[in-house]
Amino acid sequence: MEHIELFFKSIFIDNMVFATFLGMCSYLAVSKKVSTAVGLGAAVVFVLAVTVPVNWLLDQYILQPGALKWLGAEYAEYDLSFLSFIMFIATIATMVQLVEIVVEKFSPSLYNSLGIFLPLIAVNCAILGGSLFMQSREIQTIGLAFNYGISSGIGWFLAILAIAAIREKIRYSNVPAPLRGLGITFIITGLMAIGFMSFGGMLTGGDEEAPAEEKAAKIEKKEDTKEDIEVANNIKVIK
Amino acid sequence: MGLLSKKDAKLITDPLADNNPITIQVLGICSALAITAQLKASIVMAVSVMAVLGIGNVVISLMRNIIPSKIRIIVQLVVVAALVIIVDQVLKAFSYELSKTLSVFVGLIITNCIIMGRFEAFALGNGPWRSFLDGIGNALGYGVILVIVGFFRELLGSGTLLGFKVLGDPIEKTGLYAIGYENNGFMLLSPMALIVVGIIIWVQRSRNKDLIED
Repeated sequence: MEHIELFFKSIFIDNMVFATFLGMCSYLAVSKKVSTAVGLGAAVVFVLAVTVPVNWLLDQYILQPGALKWLGAEYAEYDLSFLSFIMFIATIATMVQLVEIVVEKFSPSLYNSLGIFLPLIAVNCAILGGSLFMQSREIQTIGLAFNYGISSGIGWFLAILAIAAIREKIRYSNVPAPLRGLGITFIITGLMAIGFMSFGGMLTGGDEEAPAEEKAAKIEKKEDTKEDIEVANNIKVIK
Repeated sequence: MGLLSKKDAKLITDPLADNNPITIQVLGICSALAITAQLKASIVMAVSVMAVLGIGNVVISLMRNIIPSKIRIIVQLVVVAALVIIVDQVLKAFSYELSKTLSVFVGLIITNCIIMGRFEAFALGNGPWRSFLDGIGNALGYGVILVIVGFFRELLGSGTLLGFKVLGDPIEKTGLYAIGYENNGFMLLSPMALIVVGIIIWVQRSRNKDLIED
């Protein structure tokens, strides 16, 4: 149940592109054709599925406050979490290299379709963002971390596929000249993001308690200012 | 400008308008959109990026002759990551609330494409002083867009600027609110950031016809 919930939540509600704007650079640059978009999307799913669990292990056993307990009681007080940026990005860069070598060796056909995108991915914010969100949302088990990696990758894949399809069609439309290309893509993405916001209520039905708690914690972390303003507006309406 | 030759000054002024990193080069969009609901967060983000990009460009430019080209990406990543850790720690020490608001987006400066883009395109081929100017210029261009977006989103969304109630008090009904003005809460949600940037691009390209894509 936990797994299914996280899966759909990461794809639709916390969609990387539409809710947190991660990986926008490659999203905008590589979405001119559906075929290349599919290649990059698949590569992102693949790399996220590998790097998020690896970084989860790093976080649990090296970086978190008290994580070094397995070395002996005297290490229990160390807090290395300030190193997480550099550790995560190093892991990601290495894993991407490793994946590239392995894929090239064992599956040349997959390498031909994914290969050119792999180096691009090391500096895609969606990948580092996946690991950082995994850390800040305190995902509990390695299974969930793997699930989170795959599902947020799929969310990104869906987004780039959709925008690539729209951009292929929009070439035949009469867009005002200054908006052509980048401008209209931004506005379409905004409209799509508004659409995706409607998934927000998806998990509140059924078993109420767990998601409500989770959501409250998340809102506190990420959007407390937004919530304050909403509350202020509500108070005003009630008055 | 005695200090800067004409060519150097161009390094700073170009990215502000005709070669803007966000609206023209399409770099560094992720963080530009996510944190602009408040003007203050936008300004802090712009300053952080400026520090990282300015110093990082100098470091890479000093090392440009000794970095083997095969591993340059990872060297660049390490340099940026180290600088970002410093920025993050400084933010946590001096303005903890704000660093909470920015959450993971400080960390995401590492993969901000502006930084890698400028390292690759400029710092690897130019001396430290010019690289520094280029870094500052591009960070300014990035900051300008951030501040514009942050200004409109905070003003229209919550009626404040930097936390001051410039349009009057929505609960007490003073200022503009007395004549029935309402805040547009939608401006605070993420999709509006995209649309505001889209509009900025529209305005910029209608003023300068050379930038129009076909």
